[in-house]
Amino acid sequence: MTESREPIVEMRGIVKRFPGVVANASIDFTLYDGEIHALLGENGAGKTTLMNVLYGLYQPDGGTVFLRGRQVHFSSARQAIQHRLGMVHQHFMLVEPFTVAENIVLGIPSPREPLTEDMTEVCRRIEQVSEQYKLRVSPEAPVWTLSVGEQQRVEILKALYRGAEILILDEPTAVLTPQEVDELLEVLRHMTGEGKSIILISHKLGEVLAVSDRITVLRDGHVVDTVPAEGTNRETLARMMVGRDVVMKVSKEPSTPRDVALRLGGVRARNDRGLIAVDGVSLDVREGEILGVAGVAGNGQAELEEVITGLRKAESGTVEVCGQDVTNASPRQVGECGLAHIPSDRYRRGLLPDFSVAENLVLQRVDKPPFTRMHRLNWQAIRREAKRLVRDFDVRTPSVQASAGKLSGGNAQKMILARELARAPQVLVAAQPTRGLDVSAVEFVHRTLVERRNAGVAILLFSTELDEIMALSDRIAVMCGGRIVDTLDASEADVEQIGLMMGGVDPCRLGEEDL
Amino acid sequence: MTATAESKPAQSSADASVLSAAAPILGAIIGVLIGALLILLAGANPIEAYITMVRGAFGGGRQITETVLKTAPILMIGLGLTAAFRARVWNIGGEGQYYIGALIGGLVALYLAHLPRPLLLVVMCLGGVVGGILWAMVPALLKVRTGMNEIISTLMLNYVAILLMEYLVRGPLQEPGGFLPTSAKFDPATRLPSLPGTRIHAGVGFVLLLVPLVYYLLWYTPLGFRLRAVGSRDSVAQYAGINVERAIVTALAMSGGLAGLAGIMEVATIHTRLKGGISGGYGFSGILVALLGRMNPLGVAVASLFFAALVIGAETMHVVAGLPPELADAIQAIIVLSVLAVDALVKKRSG
Repeated sequence: MTESREPIVEMRGIVKRFPGVVANASIDFTLYDGEIHALLGENGAGKTTLMNVLYGLYQPDGGTVFLRGRQVHFSSARQAIQHRLGMVHQHFMLVEPFTVAENIVLGIPSPREPLTEDMTEVCRRIEQVSEQYKLRVSPEAPVWTLSVGEQQRVEILKALYRGAEILILDEPTAVLTPQEVDELLEVLRHMTGEGKSIILISHKLGEVLAVSDRITVLRDGHVVDTVPAEGTNRETLARMMVGRDVVMKVSKEPSTPRDVALRLGGVRARNDRGLIAVDGVSLDVREGEILGVAGVAGNGQAELEEVITGLRKAESGTVEVCGQDVTNASPRQVGECGLAHIPSDRYRRGLLPDFSVAENLVLQRVDKPPFTRMHRLNWQAIRREAKRLVRDFDVRTPSVQASAGKLSGGNAQKMILARELARAPQVLVAAQPTRGLDVSAVEFVHRTLVERRNAGVAILLFSTELDEIMALSDRIAVMCGGRIVDTLDASEADVEQIGLMMGGVDPCRLGEEDL
Repeated sequence: MTATAESKPAQSSADASVLSAAAPILGAIIGVLIGALLILLAGANPIEAYITMVRGAFGGGRQITETVLKTAPILMIGLGLTAAFRARVWNIGGEGQYYIGALIGGLVALYLAHLPRPLLLVVMCLGGVVGGILWAMVPALLKVRTGMNEIISTLMLNYVAILLMEYLVRGPLQEPGGFLPTSAKFDPATRLPSLPGTRIHAGVGFVLLLVPLVYYLLWYTPLGFRLRAVGSRDSVAQYAGINVERAIVTALAMSGGLAGLAGIMEVATIHTRLKGGISGGYGFSGILVALLGRMNPLGVAVASLFFAALVIGAETMHVVAGLPPELADAIQAIIVLSVLAVDALVKKRSG
C-alpha cells in the first residue's frame, strides 16, 4: 500500500479561526492514495476542525484544498460526499428506532420518490458491501439493539454505501473494547487493500502506531511534524503532542487499605429499558485504596454508579457507606454519609451549564453555612470558596461568575473534581474521570485521585480506558454483562487477560437478557 | 490557545449585554412602525393614532389609574409564573387558577362577610391563594405521579375552571331572585382598602412589594437556588441532592397561589361579585409578560406596565380615534411579537 505515492488529498495553508481562537494556523496536510494517515494531537489541537474543513462542514479562512490534483471548494458535506469523501463522527449520527438499512439510506434521495427505496434491494446491496469490507452487521436489525462496536460499523457502511473513497474517522476507538479495537484496525487495513484511503483522528498513541502508515502531529493549530509510523515511538509522539516530556506512569506507593468504607452486597438493578443491567454485584472498597472497575461501556457500570449514588433504585441488594445502610436512599442522604461522586455523564449530571462556576462549585453545599445563613444565600462566602477552589485546582475561567457551560472539557472536569473533593468525602465514586480530557488534564486528575487515596479516601473508579484502570487501581474488578467476572490484585493483573474478560469469553452482551 | 479563547468572550459578552438591553426597545420601535403601516392602510393618521394611544394610557390621572389597575393582576400572575418558568415548569393554567382563586375568595366574601373586616379581608385573600394553589396541585400531582406534561393539564384545567364558574353563577351561586348569571353583590366590607380619593387599592401596593420579594426569593434563598437548578437541568439538580419533585410542586403552588390571589383581588375591587368573564385573559397575559420580561422580576414589572398600557391605549384608539377594535388589537399583538422576535434574535446572535 505504500508503493502508491499519489497524493489524493492535499490541503495547503489551511487557516480556520473562531472568535478568539485560531484553530488551524496554516496547516499543510497530504493524504496519499491507499494509505492510513493518522492525525494525532490533544483536544483542541485542531484535528477535528481540519477534517471538518475537508468535509465541507467548515469554510476555511485561508488555504486551498486539492482533491486528486484538482482544486475543490466544498460549501457543504453533501458536496464532499459527491466527491467520494466519507466521515464517521465521534458521536454516532444514527436514528435508534430505525433499522440498519433505513439508517444507511437515510438522506439519500430515493429513485422512487415519494416512495421509499425498495428495502430488500437495499439490504442486498448492504450485505454486498459489508461482505466486501468484512463489516458484519444485519441490515434488518434496529439500531438500538446493536452494540456500540456494531453501530460504528453501520456508520462506516453508511459512508461506503455512498461510494466513499476517502474515509475520515474521528476518534473511532474511544468506545470500543480492546478486542473490538483490534477488529476495527483489521478492517481499516483491509479497506486500504481494497483501494480506500483513510484519515484517522486520534489521541491514542498505541493504535496510531499500530495501524498508520504516516502520522501528522498537531499542537495548538500547527503541524508539529509528519513522520512515518515506522521508526517512531510513543515517547517521541507524546512529546510532540504535548510539547514537553510526559510522565506516562502514575507514581504511587503501595496502598495501605484500612476499614471497608463502601460495601455492595448483591446489588441488582434495571436499566432505563427495564432490563436487568446490574446482576448481583458485591464489592468492598477500603479506605486508602482505589478499586478500579474495568469493562466495556454498557455492561452495567453506569447503572451501578447510579445505584450507589442514589440516582437509581436497586431491585435488591444493599449499599453501605461508612457503615450506614444507604440502599435506595436519596442522593442527598448518600452524600451526607460521606460519599462524593464524579459522574460519568458530565453534562447530564455533573454541571449546570447556565449557572456560574461559583454556583456550580457549591452545588450540594449551598444551603449549609457559611453559604446560607438565616435562609439567605451569602454570595460573598460562595465566591470566596469558589475562588479558592478555582485556584487550588487550576480551573481556567475568566471569573467565578462566568457560566460553567463555557468551560472547556478539561476545566469543567477540574471544576467537578474540585467541588466533590471540597465535600471532604470518605468515599469517592469516580466514573470515567478523564474521558475526553487531554494529556495534561489527565495527569492532573490522576495525581489528585492518588493523593486522596493516600490520604485515606476509598475510591471506586469506573473506567472504560484499560490503561487508566491499570495505572491507578490497587485492585481491579472486571465487569461484564452486569456481573463482576473477577476481582484481581493490580500487581498480578495482565492486560490481555482483563481484555478477554471484558470482551466476554462467554457471551455477555446486555440487551438479550430476559426481563 | 485556551487563554485567548477565554478572555475574548468576556469582552464580547459586555457588548452583547448592551445589545440585549436595547433589544426590547428596538423591537417595540419596529412593532410601532409596522403598526403605523396598518393604520395608514385603514385610512387614518398613524401619528395621531399613536398620540391618542399614549394619551389613553398615560394622558392624565384617570388614565394612569386605569393603566396601573390593569397592570396589577397581570404583574401578579407574571411574577408567579416567573418563579415557575425559572424551574422550567410551564404553567399555562394561570387563567384557571385565577378563576378558582376568585371563586374560593368570593365564597368567603359571600358567606363570611359578618367577620370583623380585617379578618374578613385576610381570610378572603387567603381563600384566593388557596383556590389557586388547589387548582395548580392537580397538574402538579399528575406530573409528579404520572409524568404528565403540565402544559396540557394546566391548559385544559383553564376551561374546566372557567366553565365551572359559568355554571355556578347560573345555578347554586346565582343571586337569589336575580336574572343575570352573577352571584349576589359582595358586602361593601369586602372592598380592599384604597388610597384616599383614588381607586388604587391595597393589592397594587402588594404587587409592588412582590417584585423585590420574588427577586430575593430567586437569587438570595436556597429555595430559589433549587428552583433555578431544576430549571437549568433537572438531571443535574437530582444529582446534587435536590428533590426535583418537591421543586416542581413548589413552582406550581407559587404560580397558582399568586394567580388565585390576583383573581380574588380583581373580583373584590372591580367586579364586586362572581360571574363569568372576570379575567380578560390575565392568565395568558401573565405568561406573555413573564417571557417578555425575561423571567426577571423587574423586567416582568416593566413588561406588565407596557402590556397594560398597550391594552388600554388600543381601547382608546378604538373609542377615540374610531379605528376598528380589531386593528387596535392587531397593533397590540404586532408590537408584542416584534419585541419578542428581536429579543430572540439578539439572544441567538450572542449565544
